[in-house]
Amino acid sequence: MAEITKLIHKYLRHDKKFPHVWCPGCGIGIMLGALIRAIDSSGYDKDDIVLVSGIGCTGRLPVYVDFNTLHTTHGRALTFATGIKLAKPRLKVIVVMGDGDAIAIGGNHFIHAARRNIDLTSIIVNNSVYGMTGGQYSPATPYGMKTTTSMYSNVEHDFKIAELAVTAGAAFVGRGTVYHAKLLDSLFEKAFHKAGFSVVEVISHCHTQYGRLNRMGSAVEMMEWQRDHAVTVEKARQMKSDELQDKFVIGVLVDRELPPYEEEYEKVRKWAKGVDKK
Amino acid sequence: MKKKKRKELLLQGNEAIVEGALKAGCRFFAGYPITPATEISEILSVKLPKVDGTFIQMEDEIASLGAVIGASLTGTKSMTATSGPGFSLMQENLGFAIITEIPCVIVDAMRGGPSTGLPTSPSQSDVMQARWGTHGDHPIIVLCPSTVSECFTLTIKAFNFSERFRNPVILLVDEVVAHMREKIAIPDDEEIEVFNRVKPTVPPEWYIPYQDTPRGVPPMADFGEGYRYHVTGLTHDIRGFPTSRPDEIDPFIRRLFRKISQNFGEMQIGEFFMTDDADISIVAYGCVARSAKRAVIDARERGIKVGLLKLNTIWPFMRTAVEKLVAKSKIVIVPEMNMGQISREVKRVIKSDVKVFTINKVDSTIITPEEIWARIKEVS
Ligand SMILES: Cc1ncc(C[n+]2csc(CCOP(=O)(O)OP(=O)(O)O)c2C)c(N)n1
Ligand code: SF4
Ligand SMILES: [Mg+2]
Repeated sequence: MAEITKLIHKYLRHDKKFPHVWCPGCGIGIMLGALIRAIDSSGYDKDDIVLVSGIGCTGRLPVYVDFNTLHTTHGRALTFATGIKLAKPRLKVIVVMGDGDAIAIGGNHFIHAARRNIDLTSIIVNNSVYGMTGGQYSPATPYGMKTTTSMYSNVEHDFKIAELAVTAGAAFVGRGTVYHAKLLDSLFEKAFHKAGFSVVEVISHCHTQYGRLNRMGSAVEMMEWQRDHAVTVEKARQMKSDELQDKFVIGVLVDRELPPYEEEYEKVRKWAKGVDKK
Repeated sequence: MKKKKRKELLLQGNEAIVEGALKAGCRFFAGYPITPATEISEILSVKLPKVDGTFIQMEDEIASLGAVIGASLTGTKSMTATSGPGFSLMQENLGFAIITEIPCVIVDAMRGGPSTGLPTSPSQSDVMQARWGTHGDHPIIVLCPSTVSECFTLTIKAFNFSERFRNPVILLVDEVVAHMREKIAIPDDEEIEVFNRVKPTVPPEWYIPYQDTPRGVPPMADFGEGYRYHVTGLTHDIRGFPTSRPDEIDPFIRRLFRKISQNFGEMQIGEFFMTDDADISIVAYGCVARSAKRAVIDARERGIKVGLLKLNTIWPFMRTAVEKLVAKSKIVIVPEMNMGQISREVKRVIKSDVKVFTINKVDSTIITPEEIWARIKEVS
């Protein structure tokens, strides 16, 4: 077994929970690999990791890995994660969500968790569609694309998830793709080490539904599309806006020092006890 | 031995709920402001940080209950408080807490509905929502105080039941009781019975998180203590992993019901008041039980044998208490501030030819002793 495979197996609940539910070729598996590698190289104890998810193909991820795992309700993962983190701050809480999960039904929770700057890492697998329910349009589906509920053409405009997180106040925001797996590893690690709300948007593909309807080809071809349309933050700075028209930016979008909510609330405890004065 | 004098306080119902919660060990509260429950948030935002607890105001009630469940999963006793509109939003995560068996307490200070309804007026119209508001077959425990003192004691009970049975418990208060001020005696800590959830004693490798036990309640491990298990809102097997096997689903759902039904007796809290010789009995709860008690006294003075069964446990329904009542009384009156949510239940459990009369008041005002007395005269 290759070293890298051995490493992955160290974290899987393979005796209990396989085969998995994902379609062959789905990008979620690549993202899971990056997640495991980043957790391993960060040196966390399995017992201290809590992996929280919402509902969707992405939401199914925690069940396969050997951490404290919580599969919540659609869109609400961040609310549960908030309770866990505030009640037991020593835990490393990582939240995985789909695009619909995080910014449609869970959009309000997402912007507020970012605004509060709770010390959580949010990973959003953006496959531009509601995968689990059969490929309906989501708030991340670009204008003009076909889905099973926009068979003529999508007339809504998509949220740019990472940029939304920057505006909402997250301390760290990155974007990667499942094609750029090495970049994902490093974005995850950076996000884990950031005190405060960190977000990594992972551009992925749903070739069985979104890809098929829009004639985007196989999983491999969709990953080549990611390669051809991603531009690094550094390179994007040199490019004109019309050159960036059909491109998206990958890398670290923001990395800033903001006091995490937990630290701020510790002040409240001191004021309440009269230890410090407000 | 000289009896120690208890601490006496003049408290509002909502304040007494806070005192009860803190005595029960509540250390986490997440909520969203709404009348007539807001005082609970306000007071806990001051008191919780003093005892190293956490208060957070979330973006809505869905988030509030989500945070409460998350906190409870780490072993921290947690609660939220709301009113009808917020309680409607909580139904989704209420079902999650039920299927995952995570203890928590939800206060619903009822107002008139539907929808925004009557923000500051009393009502008792969430009785059935508390029972069946979240989708799917499920058990639930609902307690209802009718005095400020009961706000205190029943909040402690609510935490104890939720910990003991690993089920959310709803404290259903009406606006009158939530906002009323009364003198209450706060017992010493030694006198207060506090129950904490049973935790696993086996090593993590042996832990089967949803395995049946004689009581039907599996021990619950805190997240982050070495028991790395899976918690999901999907129907799960005894290990906590999703299942679609009929032979695993059926015993799971039945256990959820059994853990409540087989411990039914422990959960029945109420009061028989002058019912032994009563020809007419009243079944009432919340603020209406206060008017009913007055009406019983008035009727007795006029020589009519009336009694009262006050329900403090609303769900599971106090069937045996009602059965005991109608062994003597052949007439039952159920006054309530809704269109007949508990009277329906009373009728359902009575198998004899006892007559059940109702008083249904939905005009935002309370049911007075005079109105109950008038009904007694009518039916006697
Ligand atoms: C309250 C609620 N509404 C709708 C659903 C149905 N549902 C399940 S997954 C899903 C969308 C998933 O899409 P996304 O979050 O993008 O995740 P993906 O499957 O694409 O990874 C929906 C609508 C649900 N489970 N709960
Ligand atoms: S439906 Fe799409 S997102 Fe879901 S597993 Fe299949 S390819 Fe992946
Ligand atoms: Mg999606």
